[in-house]
Amino acid sequence: MADLGRICLLLALVVCAYGIFAALYGVRTGRVEFSESARRAVYALAIVLTTAFVVLELAFLRNDFAFNTVADTSSRTTPTFYRAAAVWSSQEGSLLLWAWLLSLWSSLALFLVRKRMRDVAAYATAVLLGFAGFFVALMIFYATPFQTTSPAPAEGVGLDPLLRFPTMMIHPPMLYSGYTLCTIPLAFAVGALATRRVDADWIKAIRRFAFAAWLFLGVGILLGARWSYSELGWGGYWGWDAVENASLMPWLTGTAFLHSLMIQEKRGMLKVWNVSLVLATGVLAIMGTFLVRSGVLNSIHAFGGATLGVPFVVLIGVLVAGSIYLVVSRRDVLRSEHRLDSLLSRESIFLANNVVLVALCFVIFWGTYFPLISEALTGNEASVGPPWFDRYTVPLALVLVLLSGIGPVIAWRRATLANARRNFLAPVLSALIVLAVLLAAGVSQRPFALAMFCCAAFVLGSVAQEFVRGARARQAIAGESPPVALLALVRRNRRRYGGYVVHVGIAVLFVGVAASSSFQHAVERPLAVGGSTRVGAYTVRYVRPTATITPKEDRAHTGSTLDLGAVLDVSKAGHHVATLRPSEGFYDSGEPAQGSVGHLIGGQAVSHISMNGGITRDVWTAIAPNIATPALQRIITVGNRTLSPEEAPIAIGVLARDYLKDPPPAQFHFIVSPLVMWIWIGGLIVFGGGLIAIWPAPSALRRRVALRSRSRAAAGLARA
Amino acid sequence: MNVLIVVLALVLLGAVIAVIAGPLRASLDHRALQTDADASPRRAELEAARESKYREIRDAELDFRTGKLSDDDYAAVDAALRAEALAILDQLEALERESATPRDA
Repeated sequence: MADLGRICLLLALVVCAYGIFAALYGVRTGRVEFSESARRAVYALAIVLTTAFVVLELAFLRNDFAFNTVADTSSRTTPTFYRAAAVWSSQEGSLLLWAWLLSLWSSLALFLVRKRMRDVAAYATAVLLGFAGFFVALMIFYATPFQTTSPAPAEGVGLDPLLRFPTMMIHPPMLYSGYTLCTIPLAFAVGALATRRVDADWIKAIRRFAFAAWLFLGVGILLGARWSYSELGWGGYWGWDAVENASLMPWLTGTAFLHSLMIQEKRGMLKVWNVSLVLATGVLAIMGTFLVRSGVLNSIHAFGGATLGVPFVVLIGVLVAGSIYLVVSRRDVLRSEHRLDSLLSRESIFLANNVVLVALCFVIFWGTYFPLISEALTGNEASVGPPWFDRYTVPLALVLVLLSGIGPVIAWRRATLANARRNFLAPVLSALIVLAVLLAAGVSQRPFALAMFCCAAFVLGSVAQEFVRGARARQAIAGESPPVALLALVRRNRRRYGGYVVHVGIAVLFVGVAASSSFQHAVERPLAVGGSTRVGAYTVRYVRPTATITPKEDRAHTGSTLDLGAVLDVSKAGHHVATLRPSEGFYDSGEPAQGSVGHLIGGQAVSHISMNGGITRDVWTAIAPNIATPALQRIITVGNRTLSPEEAPIAIGVLARDYLKDPPPAQFHFIVSPLVMWIWIGGLIVFGGGLIAIWPAPSALRRRVALRSRSRAAAGLARA
Repeated sequence: MNVLIVVLALVLLGAVIAVIAGPLRASLDHRALQTDADASPRRAELEAARESKYREIRDAELDFRTGKLSDDDYAAVDAALRAEALAILDQLEALERESATPRDA
C-alpha cells in the first residue's frame, strides 16, 4: 500500500502544478474554462490526499511496521484509539494532515464562491495550490510518510507516552484546521489585491473562513493548554513555550481582523490595515507550522528535525516580500472611503482593540524569536522566560478585557457623552461592587489580579445590560415574552450577540488565569508513607504506595509496563476532602542494551496526575517515585543477568512487590489553584459564542430581513 | 507493486482527469459557463455593499433601541445611512440599465 501512497503524493504534486498553471492562465487570458478547471484541481487534490491519508491511517491501524513512520511512532501495545491518532504524531504524518486539511478547506471555500469573484478566486486557487504543492513537495523530497523498510520490524517503538491523552486525538487536527483555514483569507486577499477588487465582496467571501480559523485555532490552543495541565506533570496550562506562542500569534491577529473587518464592511475604512492583518495572520500560521516542524527553537511540543528549516524560511520570505509588494503596489485602491466620525464610537474602540491585539502579538513575537534574534546578532542564543512575557502581556490583557466591555455599550459612528454616561453606569457599578467585595475579603495584595476581576465584572455588566435592553426592545416591538424575545434577538443578530457571548467567555477565562496564577499555592517535597504536608489551606497525607503491572497483551491500557503511585488523603481543617491517586508510568524503551528487565521500564517515565477539581479550586498532585534505591536496582541488575526476555516480567513483579513492601520516600508536587475550572468554562463559552456568531442565518429569514430593510430604506428615502 | 495497487492508481488517475477536464470539455458548450462568466464584478461589489448597508441600518436601529443613540443622533445617522443606501441602489439600477441596453439593441 505504501506504493499507492507514494503515487498519491506524486499525483498531488502534478495536480498542484497543473492547477496553478490553469488558474493563472485562465485569469490572464479570460479563458473561464481554465479557471474552472483549476478550481476542480483543488477538488481532485482533496480526493488524492484523502486517499493518501486513508492509506497511512490503515497502515497504523493494521500495525504495518514496514512503514517507517508506523514503526517509529506506534506499536502493537499502543491502544487502537491512540494508533489512529499516532498518524499526526510524526513529522511526516503531520505534514500529510496539514496538506489534507488544506485541500478539504480550500475545496469548501472555492465551492462556496464558485458563482462569483471568478478572477479573485482564480488567484486564490493558485495561492492555495501553491501552499499545498509546498507541503506535498516536502513529503516527497524531505519527509515521506510512505517510506518503507524490508523486512518489516516485528514491533514498533510506540507512541510517545506524553501523547497518549484523549484530547490529543483532536488537538492537532483542530490546530491544523485553524492554521490551514488562516491561509484561505490570505489566498483571497492576494486575489483581491492582484485584481484590485478590495471591496466588500471579498470580505464577505472570507469572513466566515476567518471566523472558522479563529474558532478552530482557539479550540486547539485551549485543548493544548488542557493537555499541558493534565498530562505534562508540571501543573501549568501555559508556559510561554515557543510552539504555544506560535499558535497564539495568528489567533491574536485573527481576532483583530474579525473586529476591524466590521469597520471595512460598514464604513469602507481600514482597507490597508485589514489586508495587512489577513496577510500577517496567514504568514504567522505558516510560521507556526514552521516552528513545530523545523526544530529551530526548543519546545516540548516541537517534533520535527532541522531538515525542514530552509524550505520553510524560503516560503516565509516569499510570503512576506510578496505581501509587502502587493500592499504597497495597490495602495491607490486601498484608500479609506470615510473618516472616523467621532472618537467616541465603536469604530474607535475597535481600533484601540486592534492596536492592543497587535501589540500583544508583537511582544509575543519578540519573546518567541528572541533566541534566534540574539543568536544572529551576538552569536549566543539567549531566551526570555515567563516573567518577561508576563511583564508586558498582563497590562495589555487588562486593557483588552476592559475594551471588550466598552465596545458593546458604544454605538457605531457616534455616541454622545450623555448616552455614554448612562450606558456605563451598570458596568461601572458591577466593577465597583466586585472591587468592594474583594477588598473587604482582603484580596488586595495582587493588584493586577484585582484589576482583572474588576474588568471582567465590567464586561459581564455591560454584556448583561446589552442583552436585557435588546430583549426589552424586542418585547416592545413584537410583544414577545422575555425568553422568546431574547432568543429572537440573538437569532436575528447572531454576529453581534454571538460576539458578546465571546467577550463574556474571554472575561471568564481571564478571571481563571488571574486567580490561578496569582493565588496559587505550590509545594514540591519528598514524603515517606504516613508523612504529610500543608498546601494552602489543605493537608495532604501520603497514605500508602500503589503499583500496577500491565501485561503487554493488555492493549486497553496506555502501554506502560509498570505504574508506581500513591494514595493521598486530602483534608481541610480536619475534614476529608478527597482521595487522590497520582502515579508515574514506566514504559518499555525498546532498547535491548538496557537488559532484558531494564528495557521494560527504561523508556520515558510519564506522570499521571491526580486532581480534585471544582469550580472554586483544583487540588492537583503528581508523584515521581524513586526506583533508584540500591534494593530496587539490584532486582533489575540481577534480572538483566539471569532472566530471558520471556521471563523478564517476573522481575518487574518482584520490583513492584518490594516497592509496596518497603516504599522509599517519593517526590511529590502539590498545587492548589483557585478558579482553574473557569479557564475551561470560559473557553466553552467562547466556543459557544463563536458558534452562534458563525452560524448562518436561515436563508428564508435572511431574505425576509433583506426585503424588510429594502422596503424600509426605500420608505425612509422617499420621506427624505 | 501488485495488481491491486496498479488498478487503484489507475482508477484514481482516471477520477482526477475526469474531475479536472470537465470544464475544458464543457467549454465546447459555451452556455455551460455563461451563467458565471456574465456575472459583473461591479454588480457583485455593489450587492455586497448594499447588504452591508442594510445591516448597518438595522444595527443603528438596534443601537437606538438599546439606548446607545439619542433621538437626534439616531435621526442623523439613519438619514445618512439611508442616503448611502440610496446611492448604492441608484448605482445598481444604472448598472442594470447599462447591461439591459446592449441586449435590447
